[in-house]
Amino acid sequence: MRYLPLTPDDRAAMLAKIGAPNIDALFRDVPQSAVVNRSVFDLPDTQGELEVERTLSRMAGQNIAAGSVPFFCGAGAYRHHVPAAVDHLIQRSEFLTSYTPYQPEIAQGTLQYLFEFQTQVALLTGMEVANASLYDGSTATSEAVLMAQRSTKRPKAILSGGLHPHYAETVETIANLSGQVVRAPVTPGKAEDIAALIDNQTACVVVQSPDVFGLIRDLKPIAEAAHAKGALLIAVVTEVISLGLLEPPGRQGADIVAAEGQSIGNGLNFGGPYVGLFATREKFLRQMPGRLCGETMDAAGKRGYVLTLSTREQHIRREKATSNICTNSGLCCLAFTIHLSLLGEEGLVRLARANHARATALVDKVSMIEGVELVTPNFFNEFTIRLPKPAAEVVDALASKKIIAGVPASRLWPHNRDLRNLLIVAATETVSDEDCDALVETLAEVL
Amino acid sequence: MPMNMQGRPSAPEAVEHTEIPTISGDRGLDHEEPLIFELGREGVTGVDIPQVQISDERLGAFRRRNPIGLPGLSEPEVVRHYVRLSRMNYAIDAGLYPLGSCTMKHNPRLNEKMARLPGFGDIHPLQPQQTVQGALALISELMRWLTALTGMPAVAMWPKAGAHGELCGLLTIRAALEARGEKRTRVLVPSSAHGTNPATAALAGFTVDEVPATEDGHVDADALEAKLGPDVAAIMLTNPNTCGLFEPRIKEMADAVHAVGGYFYCDGANFNAIAGRVRPGDLGVDAMHINLHKTFSTPHGGGGPGAGPVVLSAALAPYAPLPLLVHDSNELRVIEDRSEVPSGTDPFGRMCAFHGQMGMFVRALSYMLSHGADGIRQASEDAVLSANYILASLKDVMSAPFGDGPCMHEALFDDSFLEDTGVTTLDFAKAMIDEGYHPMTMYFPLVVHGAMLIEPTESESKESLDRFIFVLRALAEEAKAGKPERFDGAPHYAPRRRLDETAAARKPILRWRPPALPQAAE
Repeated sequence: MRYLPLTPDDRAAMLAKIGAPNIDALFRDVPQSAVVNRSVFDLPDTQGELEVERTLSRMAGQNIAAGSVPFFCGAGAYRHHVPAAVDHLIQRSEFLTSYTPYQPEIAQGTLQYLFEFQTQVALLTGMEVANASLYDGSTATSEAVLMAQRSTKRPKAILSGGLHPHYAETVETIANLSGQVVRAPVTPGKAEDIAALIDNQTACVVVQSPDVFGLIRDLKPIAEAAHAKGALLIAVVTEVISLGLLEPPGRQGADIVAAEGQSIGNGLNFGGPYVGLFATREKFLRQMPGRLCGETMDAAGKRGYVLTLSTREQHIRREKATSNICTNSGLCCLAFTIHLSLLGEEGLVRLARANHARATALVDKVSMIEGVELVTPNFFNEFTIRLPKPAAEVVDALASKKIIAGVPASRLWPHNRDLRNLLIVAATETVSDEDCDALVETLAEVL
Repeated sequence: MPMNMQGRPSAPEAVEHTEIPTISGDRGLDHEEPLIFELGREGVTGVDIPQVQISDERLGAFRRRNPIGLPGLSEPEVVRHYVRLSRMNYAIDAGLYPLGSCTMKHNPRLNEKMARLPGFGDIHPLQPQQTVQGALALISELMRWLTALTGMPAVAMWPKAGAHGELCGLLTIRAALEARGEKRTRVLVPSSAHGTNPATAALAGFTVDEVPATEDGHVDADALEAKLGPDVAAIMLTNPNTCGLFEPRIKEMADAVHAVGGYFYCDGANFNAIAGRVRPGDLGVDAMHINLHKTFSTPHGGGGPGAGPVVLSAALAPYAPLPLLVHDSNELRVIEDRSEVPSGTDPFGRMCAFHGQMGMFVRALSYMLSHGADGIRQASEDAVLSANYILASLKDVMSAPFGDGPCMHEALFDDSFLEDTGVTTLDFAKAMIDEGYHPMTMYFPLVVHGAMLIEPTESESKESLDRFIFVLRALAEEAKAGKPERFDGAPHYAPRRRLDETAAARKPILRWRPPALPQAAE
């Protein structure tokens, strides 16, 4: 087996040194009745690279890759162009095959990029501090709600109807254990009256902007209403490229920002791994979940970086930890950091404008189709349209013509009949003029 | 003059004498590197994107009014910056990484290549299901391998890391108890457990009751059984345990918790010692997470991303979280909403958006297919053999707290051999850095004072193990001979000397700020 360096002679010599007659002697604490033979497993034997590659390539070939067709899916995961340098750099052995930087003297590479990542996230979101990432946007949102419940010592979390329903369900699953989650009604293309739901038991209000339909939300009045009752505003962003063009949540009164960072540096990957961004105000620093990287000095007086404030964490605090999280999304953070470094201020702003311009042009064309109505009056690179028939049927019809038209709202709310004609369409910089024309023409045909 | 194994002088004095401070501050291949924010200029970018005109019409009143503050760099500058940073890192590709309980084994590059096939890397989680049948087939095949290797009937694939898997397992247990109409509050966790175990149990709403360890490094099964009662929801055991030992009374403990109506959660972090040889399902396990980044070698990536699927017993399977992967007549389908679940299932909720760590699934299946069932068993045996070889080769100079018995895939030492030498456990570990090694896991498990946990994995050749043993023996002998020079303030030859962690925590600096505007960036 090509990954196993020990030879039969090595194994014999090692057993002799140990003083064991055979390998079974080393497993003597395992009850005999629990030891199984090779024949128990209905699984194949060792295969070479060629065979494995053949098997997996065949599976991959049964999927329609986004880059091979006109492609308009968003709803929490976005296809952007990632510069070639990003994937090359994250595959360097020193990044790819290192562990969590618990020995800072020989992990400054990882620690310094985490410090850069934290700074980038704070700047983008307009917040004071950010952590070294969480698993993804949905789990970052859950952790934000738990943190709000901890900080305010109040039980209730109010979720906007525009919050991605997978995020809402993830939050409900965990935050209902110690508190109470209230979901506001789903109002596509409009802001619900969420302020009316806030009371003196409310720990936080969770609002996504742009929301799951693509609508840009006004966070300021919600922040004011929440703060007036002693509650926190958690702003959720699933498309971080939007922050190149839109006012950041930190400037609109958000207390915590939980975001999905996939759009920068990371591919679609069928939903994961992604990278959860988590930023807040300095006063909540010690309530934060997840790893934090901090600046310090070494014994020779040189600047260096370490993981810090670990007294919040599970390996020190055990059952009293702020969270059970033991990892971050290391390599995905690195991809984010490198991509954003390549973009810089100028590149990010241009990219954001290109996205908005692409979506605007598509809206103008799609709205011309008879029976199609724009639901979201303002948007960034994603919008929702109402079709004259169920969107899932239309998406399937277009998929059979090799056009992936977007995410039907019924995929996210299968039980809500009011939403079944809604189609959520994303148009990023990766969509070409030809792609848009193909969508518009074919959509007109099938409607 | 002391010589290393290649016959090169290794005395620190020799280097001190010849060292001349450089003009640049760099030293040969070791470059100092500023923060990305200290580089770059306004208006420069490393990505060419056309400037397009847009109006505010569709943006509402929400257009950004202030600059973000990101630096501008060209591509060559960014590439050089991150290449230089990379060279400050230790990595398994560059050397033995003996971190006990972390399993730093070889990361085959085939797995990276497979994960980047456009049919896996460039598909969207919400595109029509008929266009991702190959991806669903891959998940289904991985589920088959995981259930077969563990002897368990079901698996929840979606948790994104080991601790997330623990949470998934405990929430499944909670849901199963609720379905029985029972409210049980206590979870028994051994004192030797990973910190995530008690943290997860608390997060899942249980109170944690600690079970002591015996003198010989096992969970005290008698104490555990004495604590069992009708309010015990589950026991959470790691097996092989964190002392690197298989729990010989594991089935007895499983039977005992079942007898009082509780469940057995197994922390599967150490499954790599027994995969292909022992099936946790045969030991009475009800739920166990599998760290794909440990046992099945998806890269650690400097701290993630991981993946933590949870295998489940028949009793727990109906409560597994959404989504559910089902086989319809001739196609695979993901059920994402509670309103569509088949009868007999009652998912407790959802762990995350979409459906898990696909990128990690591809890598793990690529690893499994490459090894095969025979190779997985061989890998486990080699990992155990290598750990025992280290134990046997070092126990006369270092101290092994649990005597002469064999260990599993990790060899545990304690610091009693350093007593009265003036060399601390930390000094000893940091001196390993100067010798070109990543230190072993220190001060864990907590049940052993001054623990040093070494996990060589199956990826090391005998020559590599012998060299490591030679260096550790020499270090131990020097420490015991009262020669602390090498250890004082080590490491001497790393990119940084010891870092002041106390100062970092006392006045945290967690981000860069422009020098002209200290503390005023907001």
